[in-house]
This record gives sequence, C-alpha cells and structure tokens, in this order.
Amino acid sequence: MRIFNTQNVIVLGLIGFGGFLGFWTLLSVSGLIPSLFLPSPASVIERFVFLLSHRFAGGTLIDHLWASMLRFGGGFGLAVLIGVPLGLLMGWFRLLDDIVTPLFDAVRFIAPIAWVPFAALWFGTGIGGPIMIIFAGAFPPCLINAYRGAKFADPRLIEAAQMLGTPDRRMITEILLPSAVPSIIAGLRISAGLGWQSLVGAELIVASTGIGYMMVQGQGNVSTTTVMAGMIGIGFIGMVIDIALRRVEEAILRRRGLSV
Amino acid sequence: MSRKAAVGSATIVAALALWFFATTMTQMISPGRFPSPADTWVAFKQITGVGYANGVLIDHVVRSVVLVTLGFLVAICTGVPLGLLMGWSRKAEALINPVFLVIRPIPPLAWIPLAILWLGLGDMAKILVIWFAAFVPSVINAYTGVRNLDKPLIEAAQMLGTPFSTFVREILLPGASPMIFTGLRLSLQASWTTLVAAELVGAMTGLGRVLNAAQQDLFPGMILVGMIVVTLCGWVMTAALGVIERRALSWNTATRAGD
Repeated sequence: MRIFNTQNVIVLGLIGFGGFLGFWTLLSVSGLIPSLFLPSPASVIERFVFLLSHRFAGGTLIDHLWASMLRFGGGFGLAVLIGVPLGLLMGWFRLLDDIVTPLFDAVRFIAPIAWVPFAALWFGTGIGGPIMIIFAGAFPPCLINAYRGAKFADPRLIEAAQMLGTPDRRMITEILLPSAVPSIIAGLRISAGLGWQSLVGAELIVASTGIGYMMVQGQGNVSTTTVMAGMIGIGFIGMVIDIALRRVEEAILRRRGLSV
Repeated sequence: MSRKAAVGSATIVAALALWFFATTMTQMISPGRFPSPADTWVAFKQITGVGYANGVLIDHVVRSVVLVTLGFLVAICTGVPLGLLMGWSRKAEALINPVFLVIRPIPPLAWIPLAILWLGLGDMAKILVIWFAAFVPSVINAYTGVRNLDKPLIEAAQMLGTPFSTFVREILLPGASPMIFTGLRLSLQASWTTLVAAELVGAMTGLGRVLNAAQQDLFPGMILVGMIVVTLCGWVMTAALGVIERRALSWNTATRAGD
C-alpha cells in the first residue's frame, strides 16, 4: 500500500468535490435536467448572496435565520432548564424517578413532528408552536443524560457526603451535578441537533417567518434556488451550533483535567 | 409487584384519571384544545369504521409503513455499501468525504421542499426524502464499523491470502455489522419522522395526512389518535428491526448481553 499523506487526501478531496460540483453543473447547464429544477451551483450561490440583502417571504435570509435561531434558543433553553434539573432530581429522589419514568417513557417515543397539529391548535402560527416542537425534540436527551450522569456519581463520594449529613440540595448541586457534567454536555449536543431538526420541520408547517417558512414559500413559487439557499443556511447554522457546543465540551473537559 | 412497578402503574392510572377529570368531569381543558377519552374513542371508531382523510386506519398505516420500508431499503442498499467502501479504502474516503461533509449537516426534514419541487406530492417524493434522511446514519455507522475492525484479524486474513469476496463476507461484514445495525436503527427512526413530516406537508393518504386533516378540521380527538398510531408504528418497526438484529447477530454475545 502506498504511503498516504495529507497532501494526497487534500488532492483527492478536491477532485471529489470538484467532480461533484462539475457533474451537478453539467446536468444543469446542459439542460439534461431543466435548470428550473436543478439550478447550477453558481446560481444557487448567487441566489444565496442575493437573499442576504433582499427580502423574500417577508424578510432577508438573515432575518429568517435570526427568527429561527430565536425560536431555537427558546425551545432549547426551555428543554435544558427543565430537563437537566429534573434529570438530576430523578437521579437523587427514587420516588420522583419511579413517578416520572413511566410518564416520560410513554411520551418520548412520540416523534416531535407528530406534535405539530396540537402545536397549531394551541398556538396558531405564533412563536409558541415551533418552540413547543423544538422542546419536544430537545427535551429527552437533556433529561436522560442528566439522569444517567447523576447515576454515575461515585458511590463512595455519596456515602461520605451522606455520613457527614449533607442536605439533599447540596448533594445535588455539589456532588451529582459536577459528576454529571460530561454526560450532560454530551446530551446537550444531541439535544441541540434534534432541536434544530425539529425546528425546520415545525417551520415547514406552522410558522409565518423563519428559514423553514422561507423554503416553503420558495417551493410554492417554484424557486429551486431559494429552497437550496435555505438548505445551505440551515446546514450552516446547524453546523455552527454543533461546533460551538463541541468547543464548550472540550473546554469543560480540559478544565477538569479529562482528556478529550 | 416491586415498589417501582407499583408506583409506576399508580402514576399511569393517576395520569389517566387526571385526563378524564380535567376534560370530561370539569372541562378545565376545553374540548377544542385537547380531546377527552370519549372524544378520542369516537375518533378511533370513526377512522376504523367509515374512515377519515381518504381511507380507514389500516389503509393509512399500510401506506406509511410501505413507503418507509421502501425508502429505508433504498437508503441502506446505497448507504451501507458506501460506508463500507469509505471505511475500507482511504482513497475512496478522501474522494467522497468532502461532499459528504457538506451534505451531512442538512437536516433530513430540510429536503422536503426540494423533494416536493422535484417530484410533487406523490410517493416518489416521499421515498426520495426518506432516502436522504436514512442515508447519512447508514453511511456513518458502516464506516465506523469498518474502522473499528480488529486490525490483527485483517492482517492475518491478508497474510493468508484470503480472496477479497471471502474477506468481505467473512470478516468485513460480520465485524462491522453491530455498528451497521446501530446505524440502521437511527436510520429507521429518521425515516419514520421524515415520512410523517413529509405527509404532513402534503399527501393524499398516510398517517401524516390524517394528522394534517385533523389539524385543519380542528378535530383534537383525531389528532390524538393519529399521534398514538404514529408512535405505535414507529415503536413496532424499531422492535422488528431489533428482532432481525438479534437473529442476524446471534453469534455476538455483546448484543445479547445488551438486551
């Protein structure tokens, strides 16, 4: 086997990516597939740049992405604020665990998207609907990982604290929470990914702003370039959220002297 | 009965009682917002009897399940081999990975408008969307499965001059299959969610169509029936995949211990 160095990887990567773009352009420009349906990469980028400064479906691409991110922040924040403390409490109080677990198990298998009709019924196209659906997607990993993390706490530490008469509140904040942090952060990443996906689904159906709404409008106007520009925006923000959380994860793990 | 089971069943009973109390006895929750148990039963009888949204319940279920199965099969038949190839050949990985990295962050549901533009509201659009949804997890896990193969085993096989087809059949596939199945489970869940979303956006029949029609008719009972059926179908399909996995990997003690 030939030695495989970074340079080769880069060259092959460029060939692969170039080939992909070339094939795409060829299909579109040659007219094999009408450019109405498959616009060339260049025209998608052009449309993307155009939408950054021009309004479509009530706002520029930036406005729509911003509206989506606010909703995402609302739903995800709510999921973290409720899910993590509840998970920790369930990890400490057995009775709470026994009560919440069967209810949670009954509800968590419901696909977030299946909440859409109720979201529409309860909130109309207001901000509440998408937040509720993001919450439905983001909540389970927050709770599960906080709970599992709490269960991973060193039993000797718990016993020592118990022997010294540590009250429940300090037990949770000073023993369970610190040992659960790595698991919680891992949960947040999963949760953010699922939340962002659910948001897109929600906006396709119940919203009057946001990136998903912009794409539906693009679809309605048979503007394939708008739909594709929206996909680029969604993928980009999703990636940024994931990278940001990964940075947080690395920083926390490093501060606690754990290797990444 | 253990304490856990006792508390658990008491909770479920209490939740059902609260549901009945809040919707039927006191109407604290208005029937227009959330259905009472009786409303839900009426909706269930309607959809199993005269039908709702162009069909009876079983039509919708069959329609959705068949579409998911088709899309899922297309995705694993393309995704798993690609993942295996990328895991096995560094050259293939270097060639394909950049394209894959660009496509990967796009959520499955974001393909729905594009699929509708390309193929309309018919079945082909649904299969295309499911394919996109299920493709990424199948590729990633097949790839990881090959990468985690036991190195000495590969080297031993190579040293003994194992022909490529035997190698794939007896080392590559069995070694990677636990990871592949993990990917299939993720793929299946993604497929199901995506199909329901795609049917919500536009379809003639299917469970998502039931949800959509119930939403437009302001029919909370039918919404709840739709949600329950969607959840049950998803659960049954995942369980069926679990059974296949246990059959296929009966030699793998780690899988059995995990159950």
